[in-house]
Amino acid sequence: MKLDARIPSGPLAEKWQRLRDELKLVSPANKRKHTVIVVGTGLAGGAAAASLGELGYKVKAFCYQDSARRAHSIAAQGGINAAKNYQNDGDTVYRLFYDTIKGGDYRGREANTYRLAEVSNNIIDQCVAQGIPFAREYGGYLANRSFGGAQVSRTFYARGQTGQQLLLGAYASLNAQVAAGTVELFTRTEMLDLVVIDGRARGIVTRNMVSGEVECHVADAVLLCTGGYSNVYFLSTNAKGCNVTAAWRAHKRGAGFANPCFTQIHPTCIPQAGEYQSKLTLMSESLRNDGRVWVPKAVGDERAPGDIPEDERDYYLERIYPAFGNLVPRDVASRNAKNVCDEGRGIGPGKRGVYLDFAEAIERLGEDVIRARYGNLFDMYEMITGENPYEVPMRIYPAPHYTMGGLWVDYYLQSTIPGLFVLGEANFSDHGANRLGASALMQGLADGYFVIPYTLGEYLASVKLDGVSADQKECSEVINEVSDRSEKLLSINGSRSVDSLHRELGMLMLDECGMARNEKGLKEAIEKIRALKAEFWSDVRVTGEGSELNQELEKAGRVADFFELAELMCRDALERNESCGGHFRAESQTEEGEALRDDENFTNVTVWEYKGEDSEPVAHTEDLVFETVTPTQRSYK
Amino acid sequence: MKLTLHVWRQKNTDDKGGFSTYELDDVSTHMSFLEMLDVLNQDLIEKNEDPIAFEHDCREGICGACGFVVNGVAHGHQKGSTVCQLHMRHFNDGDEITIEPWRAKAFPILRDLMVDRSAFERIQQAGGFITVRAGSAPDANAIPIPTETLEHSMDFAECIGCGACVASCPNGAAMLFVGAKISHLGLLPQGQPERAERARQMVEAMEREAFGACTNFRSCEAVCPKEISISGIARMNKDYRQAMFAGAAAPDGKKR
Repeated sequence: MKLDARIPSGPLAEKWQRLRDELKLVSPANKRKHTVIVVGTGLAGGAAAASLGELGYKVKAFCYQDSARRAHSIAAQGGINAAKNYQNDGDTVYRLFYDTIKGGDYRGREANTYRLAEVSNNIIDQCVAQGIPFAREYGGYLANRSFGGAQVSRTFYARGQTGQQLLLGAYASLNAQVAAGTVELFTRTEMLDLVVIDGRARGIVTRNMVSGEVECHVADAVLLCTGGYSNVYFLSTNAKGCNVTAAWRAHKRGAGFANPCFTQIHPTCIPQAGEYQSKLTLMSESLRNDGRVWVPKAVGDERAPGDIPEDERDYYLERIYPAFGNLVPRDVASRNAKNVCDEGRGIGPGKRGVYLDFAEAIERLGEDVIRARYGNLFDMYEMITGENPYEVPMRIYPAPHYTMGGLWVDYYLQSTIPGLFVLGEANFSDHGANRLGASALMQGLADGYFVIPYTLGEYLASVKLDGVSADQKECSEVINEVSDRSEKLLSINGSRSVDSLHRELGMLMLDECGMARNEKGLKEAIEKIRALKAEFWSDVRVTGEGSELNQELEKAGRVADFFELAELMCRDALERNESCGGHFRAESQTEEGEALRDDENFTNVTVWEYKGEDSEPVAHTEDLVFETVTPTQRSYK
Repeated sequence: MKLTLHVWRQKNTDDKGGFSTYELDDVSTHMSFLEMLDVLNQDLIEKNEDPIAFEHDCREGICGACGFVVNGVAHGHQKGSTVCQLHMRHFNDGDEITIEPWRAKAFPILRDLMVDRSAFERIQQAGGFITVRAGSAPDANAIPIPTETLEHSMDFAECIGCGACVASCPNGAAMLFVGAKISHLGLLPQGQPERAERARQMVEAMEREAFGACTNFRSCEAVCPKEISISGIARMNKDYRQAMFAGAAAPDGKKR
């Protein structure tokens, strides 16, 4: 597997401009001759399909939901970063880049991250023009807030529903292109495999989720914008349908998978209430701007929070990290919550929780101000828990939320399969080993609106592609494989439901490949995953038939892929014998218990190559070269 | 607690369908309504029966995928919430609960509690957008927008497209949904150039579908999980009327 990141030459700040100066272009008359498949209609996919349609390409866009508007980007609450410096508080493109690369613990690619910061301002312009109602100040100009550990206020937001509003903007642009006839939209259609012909991505095989029909769509390029894989943990903040299947199938067809062990466990989620729990709900981390995190000082303190006096409370983030306090990055906040719970000081059912307390902020600012800032989040919390956070502190606990790992891409967002591009959370490139708050929306839209329209053109203008038809043998072979697999899942007729096996996998992954990992646990986890996978393939029960709307069959296919991914995640975590960002290896920590990087051996990206069902995958590395920044030990003290 | 559920079961669009009754013995008050159905589905799978199909995704009240009628009320009786945010603490031991899909001519049933809402998509595709090419936008602060206007627009922008408004309307009207989009974009300065044409296109697309007309029952507003005001319907009518009187310019520049 050849890994050439194709980073343009020249100073960091000029790379993207230089590339655009030199990129090959597809002539307007030729664009409509190129069919481009876009899988997923979240921020990355929706924006990409709309932008490519505007340029005149023939776009086929696919999503598993009944509407493109429902992709999981919609659930992002907090906001989107941009280096506008509207607040005059010292922000610059470089500073946004620097914060992002540092926040990622120097495991991201400098050039990609800089480009992300560079186009961030265009995104805000674009979104406002689409009619996205970002919050404004009384003069009518855009408001910003500080978010997730940033020392400048660069986050734009729309109540607590920023993701929803941004997605509705991309969805509207997509609809405009459907109306214009450039985009054909396939809803309730799930991609189940990739078609590679002569070494290039030329199509996908899909299943119609209403009729069960399996068919092939061909194109000149395929864009995967299919999100992350946090649902490998079963319980996560992701929507129930989020899955790794598209990315995993592409991996098995030759796309390198980069840093699969880089996952983010978000610190502020509502804790699990019972065994039946189906997902975890995130509470925007903007809450940490005014909420104070604490647990009782004493182990086993069973008193109600209001009965615990101030001097018997441990505001542990403020104590350990006086400079950043409650605003430390997500990985640091999560790990510390786990630590205090491991010490036996956790609160609530199961003792896996910490308090997020607004009493001080309500006293200082008044309940009205807090309501204006977080009203809908407080309402949501009360709806779920039955507790009023204006009166009693919220209970929170970390939950899997985002995956920084993903398919490897070069600077052009092309994977190791020519013609296969990967955008948004599904790729690995911009966030290193930890993503900062309000950066996911930024990356999805950057890739979709402002990167792929340029880099895809370069690909299409440079290669000579033969004609391709959905009837040819390469396509029907993949269709047969997909159908056989469904038939196999339906025919096992064992004793265990898909959910019960998925739940077991998730618990195992959270314990051994979650907030902290160690060699022994990971090795054991790999054995257990294999055993569980064997049990899945011999004892799962999938009801119904393939030729009908069958939600159990949909889940079974996804979970089967999660088993394979889970093993690779553990393998990757084992290989990376250092701690960085969200990846914390117990063997690699400072005396104070902070993550300790090993820059000498691990200033790189691990890219896994699939070698077949019965062979071990092979690890390749892309060395990360820092031309501009000097990696330092992160310190938030 | 113990519950008796009467659930609409229907294999596909052509099937006649009917209610089936299920008993649940051990429902925790902390469960969400959908988690209660998950538990029931696990029981059904164990008995080798088909689990109940229902639409859901984010399970935090924002994606708009979920929705069915609980005891006659779209999304259940908890005000301002989707059914995924409804928790079992609002029910009592021994309750009988009737669960059925959205019932509207424009939303054919696909299976059990799932319906086809693609009519909504066709309305949005007809004009629910501001035409702006990626890359052509001016600086985001170029046009100041008064907070009041902005917040008013945002009240309408919150629509999640779940379809509860249609399901609760005795006429099966989609006007709250259409009015919300027209108001969201029509209140903003960016939305002005296409305002009349947008209203015309969206209203005409709505009329091509099997939705009914509004006769001011206001049940849509009562069940809307985002509590969107029917004043949006008035805005829609106003914009549409203006488009008709003015003879809105079509995208090709010709008057109609």
